[in-house]
Amino acid sequence: MKKLLFLLLALPTAVWAAGASVPLDRAPVNPHNQESLQRGASVFVNYCLNCHAASYMRYNRMQDFGLSEALIKENLLFASDKPGETMQVAMRGKDAKEWFGVPPPDLSVITRSRGADWVYTYLRGFYRDNSRPMGWNNKVFDNVGMPHVLHDLQGQMVPVYRVEKSADGVEHKVLDRLELARPGSMTLAEYDALVGDLVNYLAWMGEPAKSQRMHIGVAVLLFLGLFYVVAFYLKKEYWKDVH
Amino acid sequence: MEKLLNWVDERFPLTASYKAHLSEYFAPKNFNFWYFFGSLALLVLVIQIVSGIFLTMHYKPDAALAFASVEYIMRDVDYGWLVRYIHSTGASMFFVVVYLHMFRAMIYGSYRQPRELIWIFGVIIYLVLMAEAFMGYLLPWGQMSYWGAQVIINLFAAVPFIGEDLSIWIRGDYVVGDATLNRFFALHVIALPLVLLGLVAAHLVALHEVGSNNPDGVEIKKLKDEQGKPLDGIPFHPYYTVKDILGVVVFLMVFAAIVFFAPEMGGYFLEYNNFIPADPLKTPEHIAPVWYFTPYYAILRAVPPILGSQFPGVALMGVAVLIFFLLPWLDKSPVKSIRYRGPKFKIALTLFVIAFIGLGILGILPATELYTWISRVLSVVYFAFFLLMPWYTRNDSVKPVPERVTK
Repeated sequence: MKKLLFLLLALPTAVWAAGASVPLDRAPVNPHNQESLQRGASVFVNYCLNCHAASYMRYNRMQDFGLSEALIKENLLFASDKPGETMQVAMRGKDAKEWFGVPPPDLSVITRSRGADWVYTYLRGFYRDNSRPMGWNNKVFDNVGMPHVLHDLQGQMVPVYRVEKSADGVEHKVLDRLELARPGSMTLAEYDALVGDLVNYLAWMGEPAKSQRMHIGVAVLLFLGLFYVVAFYLKKEYWKDVH
Repeated sequence: MEKLLNWVDERFPLTASYKAHLSEYFAPKNFNFWYFFGSLALLVLVIQIVSGIFLTMHYKPDAALAFASVEYIMRDVDYGWLVRYIHSTGASMFFVVVYLHMFRAMIYGSYRQPRELIWIFGVIIYLVLMAEAFMGYLLPWGQMSYWGAQVIINLFAAVPFIGEDLSIWIRGDYVVGDATLNRFFALHVIALPLVLLGLVAAHLVALHEVGSNNPDGVEIKKLKDEQGKPLDGIPFHPYYTVKDILGVVVFLMVFAAIVFFAPEMGGYFLEYNNFIPADPLKTPEHIAPVWYFTPYYAILRAVPPILGSQFPGVALMGVAVLIFFLLPWLDKSPVKSIRYRGPKFKIALTLFVIAFIGLGILGILPATELYTWISRVLSVVYFAFFLLMPWYTRNDSVKPVPERVTK
């Protein structure tokens, strides 16, 4: 019974972990931290939105975390001219496929399919690999088509390998960790914070109604709690003559 | 008011129906926890129909638009996220409630004579519900929707001789595509709900004809007072209506907790892969059906192909569901309720529950060699519960059943 219970509890992680062998770092996701969301939105619009669309996300929805429509229009509208429009990119899918091997995926709900932790680890997991067409590889997404867009900020990481013996006794190289070979304009801690904000924004964009959902949820449960008390005494009153 | 009621009653049996099904429908007074799930299933049906109607107002059953229209509902429609989460949570909760409702019938022998038809209607409802859920699951047009449907429809291709044509006929195409999505939409929002409503009506009419069973498995109609009311019966309304309100409130608390705080339920109610638009060229690494189908999926995978044909697995999976129909005739015990049954039935039922849940878990996990072997053992237990039932119920050491219901 205990084992069964354990298996049941361990299942959700098992479902997500399938396919990912690299341990993921925890993304600092907090939908109530408006400043972090604003910083993340700015990183997203400046760096990601050139190749990746977020075609279900409207610019003016960013008012939800404290930006005014005028501010959005002035600072964040590059690819469009109306704040009510969705975040599209000018790059054509056909060109993208030729340049990167695959068209860059839409990022509207990327944290809902990959998980915020995966995206957080991925964006901090690029390293130099001259065997790849773009010169970059990634520790959680082997042979990814995307180049390290943020390398000016993070700098260049190089892989450090260790030798491991598999069950059948064959030795092979596995990626141990990444080391900073050439610093970028930020320290690694600053870069982690920037990616943290970006992933927080991406997680918010995956479900903009999330904080509203939780607020309403508390009220609904409180109401049902009160309703339960009333229903309990109503039932008791009716049932007192049943023996 | 009185006059109006008389006017209606002369033309339509309003008061008579009210009495027959509510105020003078006598239900045993000893219903316990397990008896909430019938009315809860009805509640979830209503929730699904109402939330479904609002979803169809914004959803587009078109392979090029479907995924985007769901995200449109989640973002741009006022409270669209709420309606969508209610509907997706309702789908899973429907199966939670129905599985518990079926389990109630199994422990108290509610399928036994004279309630065989209620049980048969119920099993048909369960079958239609599976089809309804399967077709609804294609509509968001995510990767899991697409590949789940691809896998399940391909099962029909394993049928000898006609399989290939059959699967093309179901899809309306050589692969799951726009035609499939469009027809699944039609079946999901009109055809199957109509069938479901008709079956639920038949289920209830049959129930009210013979009367409800109870945790003691005693027939309350055998002992009546001088007015012809069962001694152990109480009018459904108001007693069970007020009691069911209590059950409804508790159920809604669980329901709301999921909708508002964990709508994905860790990837079980809404799968992570389904947030990726359907891509016919990219098969996901690991395809698993939604949790409520996984016991049968595990049985399917447990059967090795015979002469290169997957059909035996498919057939056994079908039999695993259909075998429920035979329950009233497989059970030869002189008593109905588990309260008076002997150890053999109790052990058999416990093993069955372990097998069902175990298969459910194995159906989610990738099929490794070890897991496949465990699935085979559990599949044997699953079928043994049914097939050996005539023997272990006939010579079990049962306890005497009381005349009246107990507390």
